[in-house]
Amino acid sequence: MSRQKLLASRNYGIPYSFPMGIWFSLFFLLPIGIIITYSFMKKGLHGGVLWQPTLDAYAQMLNPSYGRLFIRTLQVTFISTVLSIAIALPCGYAMARSKMQTLLLFLIIIPFWTNSLIRINAWIAILGNEGFINETLRKIGLIHESLPLLYNQSAVILVLVYMYLPYAILPIFTAMDKFDFSLLEAARDLGATKPQSMFKVLLPNVRSGIVTAIIFTFIPIFGAYTVPLLVGGKDSYMIGNIVVDQVTKVRNWPLASAFSMIITVVSTAGVLWMMGTSAREAARSKAALGKQDGAL
Amino acid sequence: MRNKQGINVYSHFISRLSKKKPTSEPARHARRALQNVNHRSLSNTVLTLSVAFLFLPLAVTVIYSFNRAKGMVWNGFSLGWYQKLFFGSEKLWTSFGNSIIIAFASAGLSTALGTLAAIGVNWYRFRGRTYIQTISFLPMVLPEVIIGISMLIFFSAVNVPLGMLTIFIAHTTFCLPFVFLMVLARLDEFDFSIIEAAHDLGASEKQTLFRVIVPAIMPGILSGFMMAVTMSLEDFVITFFVSGPGSTTLPLYVFSMVRYGISPVINALSFVMILGTMFIAFLLRNFLKNIAASK
Repeated sequence: MSRQKLLASRNYGIPYSFPMGIWFSLFFLLPIGIIITYSFMKKGLHGGVLWQPTLDAYAQMLNPSYGRLFIRTLQVTFISTVLSIAIALPCGYAMARSKMQTLLLFLIIIPFWTNSLIRINAWIAILGNEGFINETLRKIGLIHESLPLLYNQSAVILVLVYMYLPYAILPIFTAMDKFDFSLLEAARDLGATKPQSMFKVLLPNVRSGIVTAIIFTFIPIFGAYTVPLLVGGKDSYMIGNIVVDQVTKVRNWPLASAFSMIITVVSTAGVLWMMGTSAREAARSKAALGKQDGAL
Repeated sequence: MRNKQGINVYSHFISRLSKKKPTSEPARHARRALQNVNHRSLSNTVLTLSVAFLFLPLAVTVIYSFNRAKGMVWNGFSLGWYQKLFFGSEKLWTSFGNSIIIAFASAGLSTALGTLAAIGVNWYRFRGRTYIQTISFLPMVLPEVIIGISMLIFFSAVNVPLGMLTIFIAHTTFCLPFVFLMVLARLDEFDFSIIEAAHDLGASEKQTLFRVIVPAIMPGILSGFMMAVTMSLEDFVITFFVSGPGSTTLPLYVFSMVRYGISPVINALSFVMILGTMFIAFLLRNFLKNIAASK
């Protein structure tokens, strides 16, 4: 084929990709490397580190209050992710089967691209003590005291789901859009019940989309900072808030780095899992269709 | 052929017996024919509710941006907050200026780097190709807090003062993966034989790049660029860490507005920003599917 012929004659892959590779090595890998190193160093007096290798930072992390925070972060992340995916599955399905896909994508992407602080602010304006819901209920005389809708765990979960729902919908839609829906018909014709056709035919075929959706909701929620800060109370702090406090207020950079390490390790594991899934998926479909294309 | 009534009678009969498992094939077909009337209704309902959920908060802010009074009690229509936004918020517009400069600069650089890399990765197999693909993927999935903190610590370790330059570098870094993926998606639809033809006709690599490849994938490049601009304008968390005195961007300014007392000017600003987002999304309307795929 022409591609192979060209490959044999000249290969400009490296000069084309080199600049981006250098950029990422310098401004992404190196900073992450520095964080890894710092997490094994001694805390400097005013930020920074002293170049003495130690496991202090990791020992500090064993503090039970951090343990509780870690578990709470996982809980909130888990609940928000499950809710987002549960809502996103029927949404992606309906969008993929719809005739107005562009309009629907437009509708999903607009709130998604609107500044995150603007969206958080909108929720504060709705849930706050002098917010839309409380003022409305007061006006019709249902309540006299404000309901405590804001600054608690539920508010954090609600707003997190709101913020990350599009992240879940878009990859699920993309996967469903490629699905051949006549397979569902076939399954039903062969006697499968509706739930059977969904769980045994549709879901396995859009698995890579679901995995992507989980990654793209779980990881950013796990490292969430703004939402718990602005709509949560003191008891809804998440791991991201602790990291930021350690960097900007306490200036304990090794501890912040150690926390970042944990988040990075969790995220990287997720990505590897996802890439593994899509690679396996690609291999399977390649084997099935005899198609030849390895591009990402 | 059965008439409509026939199916009804038949399926009514079937549904009474439906507890019994083995049903004949025509029976199943008949029952499903009936069910298909409101088929997909559940998923459509969820979708409708979700879109409503996504838009409701925005709608409330937009409506109350026209409120005469300060709080969430409706007190009559007024354009006062818009007047204050456009004529009484100098700091806000300075920060918007900063945002625009950074957005276009970092989008420009990330588009150039991302496009070249996408061409390289799509057409050639070379040592380090997997490295490029993996490394371009990671910044997209790591939480923003981590990228922000690692950059902050990096810049202080190499003694670069925080300011517009550091924001520019950080924004280029997180915009790059998206441009790369958008252009890559476009290249997948590209007819490779055109390049071969160009080469056969004696075009140099440079000529092929600028006269053949770039014009052909221009829509992909432009949409990548626009997306980078949007993401740069939107970013708060990473900017929060790498900004210094005098380099406040619009999201940072909005953050201080949200954090320290809400002024309804922010509602007016919300409407303006939503309109801006809609405008950009409209420009990119033909690429929404690619954008969805790159998420």
